[in-house]
Amino acid sequence: MAGKRQSTEKVMRTFFFCVATASIAVLFMIMVFLFMEGLPVFNMVSVKEFLFGVYWYPTSDPPDFGIYPLIVASLAVTAVSAVIAIPLGVMTAIYLAELASKRVAEIFKPIVELLAALPSVVIGFFGMVIVAPFLQQVLGVATGLNLFNAALMLAFMSIPTICSISEDAIYSVPNALREGSLALGATQWETLWRVVVPASISGIATSVILGISRAVGETMVVLMVAGGAAMVPSSIFDPVRPMPASIAAEMAEAPFRGDHYYALFATGIVLFLFTLFFNIIADIIATRYRQVGEASL
Amino acid sequence: MSDSKSNGVKMTSKHLDFYYGNFQALHDVSLEFKKQQVTALIGPSGCGKSTYLRCLNRMNDLIPIARVEGKIMLEDEDIYDPSLDVVMLRRRVGMVFQKPNPFPKSVYENVAYGLRVNGIRDKGLIEQRVTESIQRAALWDEVKDRLQESALGLSGGQQQRLCIARALAVEPEVVLMDEPASALDPIATQKIEDLIHELKKEYTIIIVTHSMQQAARVSDITAFFYIGKLIEVGDTDTLFTRPRLKQTEDYITGRFG
Ligand SMILES: Nc1ncnc2c1ncn2[C@@H]1O[C@H](COP(=O)(O)OP(=O)(O)OP(=O)(O)O)[C@@H](O)[C@H]1O
Ligand SMILES: [Mg+2]
Repeated sequence: MAGKRQSTEKVMRTFFFCVATASIAVLFMIMVFLFMEGLPVFNMVSVKEFLFGVYWYPTSDPPDFGIYPLIVASLAVTAVSAVIAIPLGVMTAIYLAELASKRVAEIFKPIVELLAALPSVVIGFFGMVIVAPFLQQVLGVATGLNLFNAALMLAFMSIPTICSISEDAIYSVPNALREGSLALGATQWETLWRVVVPASISGIATSVILGISRAVGETMVVLMVAGGAAMVPSSIFDPVRPMPASIAAEMAEAPFRGDHYYALFATGIVLFLFTLFFNIIADIIATRYRQVGEASL
Repeated sequence: MSDSKSNGVKMTSKHLDFYYGNFQALHDVSLEFKKQQVTALIGPSGCGKSTYLRCLNRMNDLIPIARVEGKIMLEDEDIYDPSLDVVMLRRRVGMVFQKPNPFPKSVYENVAYGLRVNGIRDKGLIEQRVTESIQRAALWDEVKDRLQESALGLSGGQQQRLCIARALAVEPEVVLMDEPASALDPIATQKIEDLIHELKKEYTIIIVTHSMQQAARVSDITAFFYIGKLIEVGDTDTLFTRPRLKQTEDYITGRFG
């Protein structure tokens, strides 16, 4: 009996080990593939020319493979969307966790979560059909498909993440801290800004990084509403071509294992390094957050 | 008006009933607290001492299901009057909680916080008051070299004294203390009791304690609570030597609770 049970356990453990190894191996192979298909572009252009070249004309003759405008576009769209999403997400979280009545919170929270469930293509569609004409008419810009529109749509995608994680962090601040502050004659606002928010700041920071990292790699929205011009933007209403949009739009037409193909994969490497960077930061903050959370209890 | 001032009454509760939802935690509690006196609230666990104490600075307002009936006066003001400024009330009636609740800030900032929210900007004055309060709470020697470190790194007893220092820094008129010595060793307890004696000269002090000896040592008046009712109140010496009621006698001699 005991021997049989032990052998079943052993089989199970081996099985799970194999599954885990397989998924890690697949991920690793994708990474190897990405580098194998991307690195050959550097036989054509130097790393510096590739990263800082301002011309992206992959199909002209001779082609230009400078992804600087694409990198700037990605960074700019991300930055503008962060500027929109962080205050909105964090303030909504503060409202829901601290100020809203129970009834209001119960209605609002599912709506925020619903926003997270919207497929990105739907958000992109909304940006194209509603927001773009609106921007064009109201602001009189050349095209409504531009950096600002993309940033706005990406902000919609980041806000649910930022809001729900921040809300958890704020909510989990022990009530005793609020009482301690109020008992000293602090107002509700002072308590909120000087005690509750600082006590949950690492959770809020985690939410922000996670929310933004979702926006960095997002493809469909920027493909649909960023406008697609591979130029360094001079205003937030210029059309731009972020890295994921460029890859998605051009991959189908790039000749297999041609220079253009390699250049797109190399762009993928750069994008990968960006999102990796964000995830590492999120991880570091999240770990620290856990420690603080325990210590404060 | 002059009446309450002349006989030195600082706070009174009149026919106070308190409810957590449907559960009535306090029944018809009437008590007077005089200036320059220490009142001890004693009674078995769960009898409503903390609940009563928290009524005195309206801390129970934060509990949505809580409801108060009756009156509490601070000098001539009804503290449950809708027009009363709760923030001002809490500045005048300070509190040390049953469980230490330091802010996740430095030791120094924990004490400076109350001063800052009370509008004191003068750095010199803040520093002076912080130092003074920590010294009075018998914590100075232990933390003087780590004022900038997180208060969460202090031991439970140190945190408790830090919370006392924090409450003293804003110089309230009434100090409510919920078992301020529950996590302290005999030496620190002694120091806190000395502090209470000293504070008595200026403040009105109300202290919850589970230690009969402590109540006997520090208080002038003792009030005995039992299952939400004020059973007996009187001169500490009299109450401990010749209690009027059997219930009180049983409790202070350790026959229950
Ligand atoms: N937030 C709350 N919600 C509902 N009931 C509560 C709440 N806080 C306290 N009670 C109840 O009210 C009664 C009085 O509690 P209270 O904390 O005032 O007792 P206490 O005398 O301070 O006890 P202890 O000596 O253990 O601190 C208890 O029966 C308790 O269960
Ligand atoms: Mg209690």
